[in-house]
This record gives sequence, structure tokens and C-alpha cells, in this order.
Amino acid sequence: MSGGERTYPDPVINLETERFWAAARDGVLLLKKCRACGATHYYPRAICPHCLSGDTEWVAASGKGRIYTYSVMRRVEKPFAIAYVTLEEGVTIMTNLVECDLDRIAIGQAVEVTFRTTEGGHALPVFRPTSGAAR
Amino acid sequence: MQRQCKAYIAGAFEHPTRKAVDKTVPQLHAEVALGALLDAGLTKNDVDGYFCAGDAPGLGGIAMAEYMGLNLRHIDSTETGGSSYVVHVGHAAEAVAAGRCSVALVTLAGRPRAEGVATLGVRNYGAGVPDVGFESPYGPVITNLYAMAAMRHMYQYGTTSEQLAWIKVAASHHAQYNERAMLRDVVTVEDVLNSPMIADPLHRLDCCVISDGGGALVIVTPEIAKAIGPRCVKILGHGEAIKHLNGGQVDLTYTGAVKSGPIAFAEAGVTHADIDYVSIYDSFTITVLESLEDLGFCEKGKGGRFVADGNLISGVGKLPFNTDGGGLCNNHPNNRGGMTKVIEAVRQLRGEAHPKVQVPDCTFALAHGTGGSIGTRMGSATVILGRNDA
Repeated sequence: MSGGERTYPDPVINLETERFWAAARDGVLLLKKCRACGATHYYPRAICPHCLSGDTEWVAASGKGRIYTYSVMRRVEKPFAIAYVTLEEGVTIMTNLVECDLDRIAIGQAVEVTFRTTEGGHALPVFRPTSGAAR
Repeated sequence: MQRQCKAYIAGAFEHPTRKAVDKTVPQLHAEVALGALLDAGLTKNDVDGYFCAGDAPGLGGIAMAEYMGLNLRHIDSTETGGSSYVVHVGHAAEAVAAGRCSVALVTLAGRPRAEGVATLGVRNYGAGVPDVGFESPYGPVITNLYAMAAMRHMYQYGTTSEQLAWIKVAASHHAQYNERAMLRDVVTVEDVLNSPMIADPLHRLDCCVISDGGGALVIVTPEIAKAIGPRCVKILGHGEAIKHLNGGQVDLTYTGAVKSGPIAFAEAGVTHADIDYVSIYDSFTITVLESLEDLGFCEKGKGGRFVADGNLISGVGKLPFNTDGGGLCNNHPNNRGGMTKVIEAVRQLRGEAHPKVQVPDCTFALAHGTGGSIGTRMGSATVILGRNDA
């Protein structure tokens, strides 16, 4: 982690999402997929938001995606980039962008998941420019 | 031929304070209630319906009903953030039309300035809210959420910071005439672009002010409105909608106005060409731009060109907006701008706006609110109002 990075608050974890955070600790980004309608959704729920079926399963995401949009928060001690990243699986998720020049982020840029440790020791999925891609 | 309507706005009042160090929140609610009732020529004993949102202390409207000594037969505490009061106008009109109440009171009040509430903090609606675990660790303060919508709109449609700045410029042209406005200096596009960057691409002057205060409305039956007189304003149409992240199928380039707008226009039976004045919730410049597109005042993606070159300035452009200076310059009571949007629309339809910004022969007005965040999930609400003889 670079010295200029903000500290990350802990996520709120509940019965529906504890599996997500356990997987994150193992370096895996999980999504939820519905066995009834086939749709993948995010943030993960026990109940599919597309058809309300309770027959949902966890699937591992590729961890690869592209920046849908972002904003660099400037009026804070340690400026940081918040973003939405559209994953290869088709869902768009809120995240932070790390290991990048905050002045050279671009919509459409290829990114991959990595993890940061929160204040309370949880693993938080964040994204960085894909290895080999322009930073 | 005059249009029929099911209810009228008989009273409207905006609290004059912008920083309420010496008043409590319940006191502010009661003061705006009294102001709106006096404006309507009614008393609190006439009120039989009460509408409030989450800024009212206590359980729904119960505590405030007790504080103000109201005797009610209809209550509604619908909470959609800053758009709540626009929703309340619609719900009050429905309740009045259904005979559930005959004099409905709507109040908003708060004192974030006096209490030193920082808007750079992450807004957290509670650990039980299902989205919070997947968002709050990433630092989503209000500004950078709206900024992400602006960034995507720019990418997708070529919207520029200069175009967004024109929205602030127009608001400042109006605010110079409002002696209660917090920011009365007329600003230029360059002033906006030269103000500090808060969250790319939004500058400080793309953001609204933080203020204390509040406002209230009194909504009555047509029979009562007739007795009160011509200052009563017709409620012609109302629409509301929730728009959210849809399980990860995210599109931040539009708002819930795509639904609330057409519903309101259809009920009112008017067209965009009929609208003489608009109040558009302006938490940020991008909020106005996306709302105007979604309400259909211009083609999707062409909002930047629509707002440029003073098109929103009263007496200059084709669609005068927020002639009190709006949230960008005047006030933003309790970070909830829907109430003041309706109040300025009422002033315009009564011909009681400041003479320098009064729209001549203002017959139809639209007020639109956005609550929550266009960067995540929002409650959108639109009302279309008409002058007493419209």
C-alpha cells in the first residue's frame, strides 16, 4: 500500500454477506447469480433483485473490468478516487481505484481487482490498472 | 376555459433564517407552519392533515403534531430525502381530493449549519441498510457521488464544465436580487471554473450552499381556495419515482425524472411549451442538467447546450429557473431542497417573485425535486402548478 493512501473503514457485514467478506480475505471477489432467472447481481443479496427468487448462488468474478465512471475527491487530506467499475460479468460495482496516477484515470480504462485491509482487518476489494495496460 | 384541479396551494412560507443558532428544530417547524398558515389566512385549528419527512423529530409526524397542538385526521410521513416535500404536495392533493383532509400542512426544517454537520462525511442511513456495506468503505460523500454522474455524462455526451457552470451563473444572476440569499455576487463561467476542485469534475461553485431554515405549504380544497382568493395556486399534476442501481445495471446519466416528469405532465394536461417557469432542485449543477433533460425540456444528452449562454436566466433565456437563487446561491434548508423549489414556483404564479426576476404572465410552473443521490439511488418528484385562473 502506498503511503499516501487513505485508511479504509470497515464494511458492515450481515448474515447475507458474510460469505462475500470471507472470500475477500482469500483474495476472491464474489458475485451473486440467480439460478431461477440466470441474472448476476451486485451488491449481493439472498434474494435476486431481478426476479425475487431466493435460489441464488455465489460465483467468483474474474476480477477484471473497465472504469464506468470515477471522481477524485480533492478536498480531503489524502485525495482518493471513487469509481464504478463494470466487470466482465456485466455488473457495475462501486469501488476505489488504487496504484494509479489520480490525474490520469480514464473512463474505459481496464482494471483488475486487488484488496486492501480495512481498519478492523477485513479485506476490501478495490481496483488497479490491469498489469501491462497503460497507467 | 379554466382547468379543473383537485387541490390548491393556499399558503407558502420560507423561513428567513440561514443560520439558526438560537432555535430548535421543532421550533423552526412550528415557525414555518405559522408562517404558511398566516399566508393562507388560516389558523392551526383549521389544519386536519399533516405531512412531514425525516427532518421532523420523532416518530413520523406524531411528535410534531403534539408539539404544534394539531388535531389531525390524516397523516403522511413519506421520506424520499430532499424531494419529500414535492411528493407531499402530490400526496396532499390526493388526500384532499379523496376527502381525507381539507387543510393539509407540509413542513420542513433543520439546522445543519448551527450543528456543524459536515457534508464531507459519508452519509450513513444505518447499519441495517443493505447497500451500506458495499459502499461506505469507499468514501462516497455526497459530492463525489454526484461528480461520478457528471463525469459519465461528460464522457457519454460531451458535456463540458463550462456548460455546467452556466447553471450556477444563472442562479447567481437571480440571487443578486434576493436579500436573504447566502451568495449574492453575480459570478461568471470563469469564476466557477477557477473555484477549487472539490471532486472531479465538480468545482466548489458547482455545489449548493449549506443552510439552516425551512419552509411550509398549506394545501386546501377548491372550496376553501375559492373563499381564500386568487393567491391560491392550482396543483395540476404530480409524479414520483424511485431510481436505483438496479442490481448492478448502472446508468448514472439519467434520473428518476424520466418517470416522474411524464406522469406529472399527463395529469396536468399541459406541454413543455406551456411551462413559463421551472424550479429544479440544484444540489449540484449536474442535478439540474440531468433533470432538465429527463423532464423533456431538451433532448437527452443536449442539456449542456440547453443551459449555456444564459438560457436559464429570467428575462434573458427561454426557460427561467430558480429565480430565488436556488440551492446554489440562496439556501438549502437541512440539505433538503424540494420545499424551497415549490415555494418559489408559488411566488412566480402569484406574481410575487422579485420584480427583476418575475416571469411576465407566469401561468404554468413546474417544480422538481431529487432526494438521495443521482450517483446511487434517488427519489424523484415533479409537480406542475397553475396560476389561480389557469
